[in-house]
Amino acid sequence: MKRKYLSAPYLIWVVGFILLPLVTIAVSALMDKNGSFTLENILSIIDPINRQALLLSLGIAFGCTVICVLLAYPAAMVLKSLHLDKKGFAIFILILPMWMNFILRILAWQMILSNNGVLNLLLGKLGIGPLHISNSWVALMIGTVYDFLPFMILPIFNAISDIDEDTIEAARDLGAGSKAVFWKVILPLSAPGMVSGVIMVFVPAMTSFVIADILGGGKLQLIGNIIEQEFTKSMNWHAGSGLSISLMIFVLVSLAFTMKNDLKDKGTTVW
Amino acid sequence: MSDMILELNDISKSFDGKKVIEHLNLQVERNEFITLLGPSGCGKSTTLRIIGGFEKPDTGRVIFNGQDITDLAPDKRNLNTVFQKYSLFSHMNVAENIAFGLKLKKKSKAYIQDKIKYALKLVNLEGYEKRDPMSLSGGQQQRIAIARAIVNEPDLLLLDEPLGALDLKLRHDMQRELITIKKEVGITFIYVTHDQEEALTMSDKIVVMNKGIIQQMGTSKSIYDEPRNAFVADFIGESNIIDGIMLADKMVSILGRKVACVDVGFGVNEPVDVVIRPEDLEIKEAGSGYFDGRVLSVLYKGAYYEIKIKTEDYEWVSQNVTAPSVGDMVGLYVLPDNIQIMHKPRSEDAEVTRE
Repeated sequence: MKRKYLSAPYLIWVVGFILLPLVTIAVSALMDKNGSFTLENILSIIDPINRQALLLSLGIAFGCTVICVLLAYPAAMVLKSLHLDKKGFAIFILILPMWMNFILRILAWQMILSNNGVLNLLLGKLGIGPLHISNSWVALMIGTVYDFLPFMILPIFNAISDIDEDTIEAARDLGAGSKAVFWKVILPLSAPGMVSGVIMVFVPAMTSFVIADILGGGKLQLIGNIIEQEFTKSMNWHAGSGLSISLMIFVLVSLAFTMKNDLKDKGTTVW
Repeated sequence: MSDMILELNDISKSFDGKKVIEHLNLQVERNEFITLLGPSGCGKSTTLRIIGGFEKPDTGRVIFNGQDITDLAPDKRNLNTVFQKYSLFSHMNVAENIAFGLKLKKKSKAYIQDKIKYALKLVNLEGYEKRDPMSLSGGQQQRIAIARAIVNEPDLLLLDEPLGALDLKLRHDMQRELITIKKEVGITFIYVTHDQEEALTMSDKIVVMNKGIIQQMGTSKSIYDEPRNAFVADFIGESNIIDGIMLADKMVSILGRKVACVDVGFGVNEPVDVVIRPEDLEIKEAGSGYFDGRVLSVLYKGAYYEIKIKTEDYEWVSQNVTAPSVGDMVGLYVLPDNIQIMHKPRSEDAEVTRE
């Protein structure tokens, strides 16, 4: 009985802040302005503008996830090899930027990447450039990777740390060089960590709009930006809800697909 | 020289300034079952890790098949290790685990299939190919680990306390099986354990180590019957170790009594350690042995009784098939042949004889 009592706040949380809003959005998505049933809002995802935004979101999120994996593995391997007392500090440094306001960090990138920014100043001294990165997908990609990289490194690092040193020695003993040890032992054994990282990077990268707002200079429309505009500028909540639902279905389907391919029977640890 | 598979020449190793192995010399003959035996921290596992290539010695060389492999990486050495914690690959099934080394050597599929079958048969786990190793019992996992090592046909198999995590009954079964496997595959085994009984049962040759130094090397029988110092006597089986003084050849004074022995060549009046095995200490009627004492305790051990007897200055342990009653006065006797006399160590620190 006591246990049920303790779970009450979470129940209120789940119902009040997760289920209820979800239902509201779903209902709103299935209504037109006059309150009658329609699928138009949800299907508006295939309008050319929306479709283009969705594809761009998908591209950015996919690219960002791939780059994050490629950057995170070497970083996690380096972290693992550090001596115990330095390890804590290195992880602290890694997480430190996350304690600063998200918008500020993106604004900083805007300053760095702008035509007269720090990057072009430095490149100019070397006689290169100037590069016109700002307000392009490159800037958007840099900002997104910068923002989400720690969410990829930490789970991968945790998974790699959990691998028993004896297992690696056993592989070496059986004739595996450093490369074979990585591809045949470390990578498969840390796959659950990588999947966690992929979820934590891919989903927010897919749905975010603030980074595109600031680093895209309003020229790059992600699906998140369009949804935001439906709610704040067009004041068309039905259309915004419909697009949100479509996006959510899209994310769920693509994640389920990743799970099935990557994990087989180990998926429970991640979900 | 031709039948030497491995030589350790003057190996020393320290960790953080603490000496773990000191000037160790060891020669292993081809097809031998050699056991490194000692308490934890005696340097036996480090010695094995140096042979396996996981540690580099500070000084000294490792010669394997006539070739200096001291600086060679583990994956370049034609020897394999069976780890204490099995260390199977949890993301692979049993067959994939066993095939790991062979696939790296790019052997043909048919060859690998044959080898997996053969190895599983050898370790009595036929039909386990598709099983998940993590679902197997400890004993089964260790068998897979052994199979995974021997399919590579190493010249030398290193076993680091492979039975340490198993219960007693299973350990005894596995000891017998390991000997069978050894005979079948004809590979040289270097076995590390702290279990003296295991060492005595399985080995052709035992190397007793303490504090990074070899205390004694020899067959099970020679080590048990003729321990070279008090450490070996104490570590290998139970012993009564008593201070004595050598009076003359074949005559030693123990607790003030003259006792006949068979040892010669000690100095007159030299203080010595006297070792008497519990099973060699005979219990007679009071007054008819060397010493009289009172029975302190009698413990039934299955095949024999373990009896503690207190004489004036010493508490003796005897193993006997019949038991006196607690509180009885009894006499203690030992045959001259069953007394082992040893020089006292020169210093407290090193109960040691350098090879």
